[in-house]
Amino acid sequence: MTVRAADVAAAVRAGTTTATELLEQHLATIAQREPEIHAFNLVMTDHAREAAAAVDAKVAAGIDPGPLAGVTVALKDNMCTRGVPTTCSSKILDGWKPPYDATIVTTLRDAGAVVIGKTNLDEFAMGSSTENSAFGPTRNPHDTSRVPGGSSGGSAASVAAGFAHLALGSDTGGSIRQPAALCGVVGVKPTYGYVSRYGLVAFASSLDQIGPFTNSVADAALLLDVIGGHDERDSTSIPQVHPSLTDAITQGVEGLRVGRITDLPEGADPDVQERLEAAFAALRDAGATIVDVQVPAFTFGLTAYYLIAPAEASSNLARYDGVRYGLRVEAADTNAMYGVTRAAGFGDEVKRRIMLGTYALSAGYYDAYYGKALKVRRLIHDDFERAYQHADVLLTPTSPTVAFPFGDKGDNPFAMYLCDTYTIPTNLAGHPGMSVPFGTGAHALPVGVQVLAGTLQEPVMFRVAAALERAMQ
Amino acid sequence: MSAYDGLPGDWELVVGLEVHVELATATKLFSGSPNRFGDEPNTNIDPVTLGLPGALPVLNEHAVELAMRVGAALNCTIQGCTFHRKNYFYPDMPKAYQITQYDQPLNVDGYLDLPNGVRVGIERAHMEEDAGKSTHVGGSGGRVHGATSSLIDLNRAGVPLVEIVSRPDIRSADDARAYVSELRSILVAIGASDAKMEEGSMRVDANVSVHKPGTPFGTRCEIKNVNSVRSVGRAIEYEARRQIDLIESGDTVVQQTRHWDEGDGRTHTLRSKEDADDYRYFLEPDLVPLVPSPEWIRRVHDALPMLPAARRTRLAAATGQPAGSEAVTAVVERGQDEYVLAVAAAGGDVARALVHVKEAFAESPDVPASDLAALTLLETGGKLTATQAKAVLAELVANGGGDAAAIAAAKGFEAIDTGALEGFVDEAIAADPDAWAKFCAGDGKAMGALVGLVMKASRGKADGKLVTALLQQKRG
Repeated sequence: MTVRAADVAAAVRAGTTTATELLEQHLATIAQREPEIHAFNLVMTDHAREAAAAVDAKVAAGIDPGPLAGVTVALKDNMCTRGVPTTCSSKILDGWKPPYDATIVTTLRDAGAVVIGKTNLDEFAMGSSTENSAFGPTRNPHDTSRVPGGSSGGSAASVAAGFAHLALGSDTGGSIRQPAALCGVVGVKPTYGYVSRYGLVAFASSLDQIGPFTNSVADAALLLDVIGGHDERDSTSIPQVHPSLTDAITQGVEGLRVGRITDLPEGADPDVQERLEAAFAALRDAGATIVDVQVPAFTFGLTAYYLIAPAEASSNLARYDGVRYGLRVEAADTNAMYGVTRAAGFGDEVKRRIMLGTYALSAGYYDAYYGKALKVRRLIHDDFERAYQHADVLLTPTSPTVAFPFGDKGDNPFAMYLCDTYTIPTNLAGHPGMSVPFGTGAHALPVGVQVLAGTLQEPVMFRVAAALERAMQ
Repeated sequence: MSAYDGLPGDWELVVGLEVHVELATATKLFSGSPNRFGDEPNTNIDPVTLGLPGALPVLNEHAVELAMRVGAALNCTIQGCTFHRKNYFYPDMPKAYQITQYDQPLNVDGYLDLPNGVRVGIERAHMEEDAGKSTHVGGSGGRVHGATSSLIDLNRAGVPLVEIVSRPDIRSADDARAYVSELRSILVAIGASDAKMEEGSMRVDANVSVHKPGTPFGTRCEIKNVNSVRSVGRAIEYEARRQIDLIESGDTVVQQTRHWDEGDGRTHTLRSKEDADDYRYFLEPDLVPLVPSPEWIRRVHDALPMLPAARRTRLAAATGQPAGSEAVTAVVERGQDEYVLAVAAAGGDVARALVHVKEAFAESPDVPASDLAALTLLETGGKLTATQAKAVLAELVANGGGDAAAIAAAKGFEAIDTGALEGFVDEAIAADPDAWAKFCAGDGKAMGALVGLVMKASRGKADGKLVTALLQQKRG
């Protein structure tokens, strides 16, 4: 039986346990298993102890610390923390300490949460295995010879290994949902604009979105209820109050229409496919109706994504020039300094995407590549919208496979890109999606099922996720 | 015709101007840091200005309002618009891209009428952020070439700009200067910018080409670093002649960006088209489209003050001077026309007021309009000569106002009545009959001698104009 974050917070608020006690338990677990897993780039032991003590002091003084009182949260290391290194698992940000907190960090602190550390990721969130980290890979807690998925592999592993109650990741093309599936935890990519991006180091700004990793759907609902909402510092954040997801999951799925995409790209392993069928059956048993829908442009998602995301990345990552912060390798003049600094600071995958994106935006190639990808993006969005006229949610595999061994796709970028076949189109559409653990597949490794929904349809998405979770208990 | 207009042969000059103007907002275009000139370097900064990872831009609504005001004053269509990223590496551009407007600018299709009646089309007036400032140390003349180090000040980075792009409708260096002057007056009048070229809050780039009328436009060169209205004329003039010389000697003009050197009065190659950056423009994903509501656009139009052209017409009508006269132009440009009209409203003589304001008030006048009105009435009433009035005015300006009649009395400027003046005139004729005879024979110079005698006799209190009139009257 997993511990619920809401119960933890209730116990801390009631004084039956303390934030410090909970933190020390997590620190002990980390001391024991972190050397093997490497989920963290930095365990913020001192900061976390101070934060926990502050929560306990509030309780002692009769002040309510908030809905996440004493709950430990691990942050993907691409979220800015004031005075604490934020590396994006890249050498280029060597030594940089942000002078400000990301909006979600402030929100978490205000809710009484204790930030326990910064988690490992594929450099600048580019990858699907967390192997592209400048600080070495994270290992899957279910089988340490295998990857945890990526790019938020450290956050997924930290929750799966019991290093923190909750974690936050960022999802640009599947970077929350895919590692959640591979690590057997819940992972949510909310509607674009649901959570503030202020302080999230950008990979592809029009696709990036912060979301939770948790042990339960209820925890994900609670965390999203806390961090969701408008932020005036992020012009793309949605200017409205979101309905409570914690309330939404008390409802069942009777009468809901669950869509099966009949023209979904093939490629999922049989064990994964088998779990997807079991999920459809479980929802039917819970009172939902299964309907067939088509999303013809789904299949073009991968190609469009690998033009749009690198294009934006080529611009977002241009600021790492050695002039103001991070790594600088000295050279004869400014232009040469840019070159040697970036050559030394970025890893291969980041360089590959910067070159790809620069090319896609270049004069003479824009229309054929970036311009066309934008049109495909529009098509994907419209196809999804049409499908959601017939179905409340769609169900797909999250990842085509269970967790794969290290080095399995190392020399083949395209094989790695295929990991995100089922997650990418959602980002392009701006829609929400989440991965729910639904049993195990090959090698007794976790399999995730992906629930997709239309813009701001998180409540219905969470109802379906909760029904799947109940079916597994 | 000025010296600038004379191109050799039947060559015609074709000029389009790109003018960057810093908007007079309290804060920057996308962050809360102050938009202030002259502060300690790198003090008006924040995560957005520094382009720190994770920082996001938030559009300054007041900057939008001022940019819309520019569009309205330049007769543009104000429309829904988007922001793009213009990507390039430069140390004073912290994000390595500039947020600007590309294919959907805020203001399009306007025009500006020059005082001489020439209408210059405005293609667009779009919003963008300024870059920081680099100071190159150790090289010659502050240029990056040969410098040993560069200092970067990011106070200016993110300052809101409007770039006003004219159509290539300008045909003379004089008109180019008039365009810049008129644009400057408009920007100041609507409160959009202080438009100080010397401080860089207004910067002009000129696209210059030459051709023979009736033939297609020639290849253009863009001239940068034009830092005063005077340089606008000089740079264009030089560049046109350079291009004509090239063509006439059998060469061709190569499309280039050229740097105006105020010192040697020449333009120099900065970079040619082949070296031009590929800016890889794309829609700025951190901002949403800006769509001003029709109500907002209407409010901006309604709140627009009277523009310089209309104010010149109004002042000209009130003073009886031509709208293009130096006095009317200068007084309106300095924003002192309301004051002149206030003097008239206080019962003063508006023509005399115009002269005094133009001559005596370099900055904004702080003499109460009623005080200046009283002074002009003493003049027109024959109580003070123009020279005396000037002396009294100097006192008024020094004291920030006062009783003109009392100051005149204190200075001993008591009025000479016409009878006494006639006496002085008769004395002068008697004293120099030779001059009088010459004056009667039509010798203008002789009049000067007679007037001088009257002045001497009256100890300078006689009104020169009145003396002349009396002499002419007596001549018959």
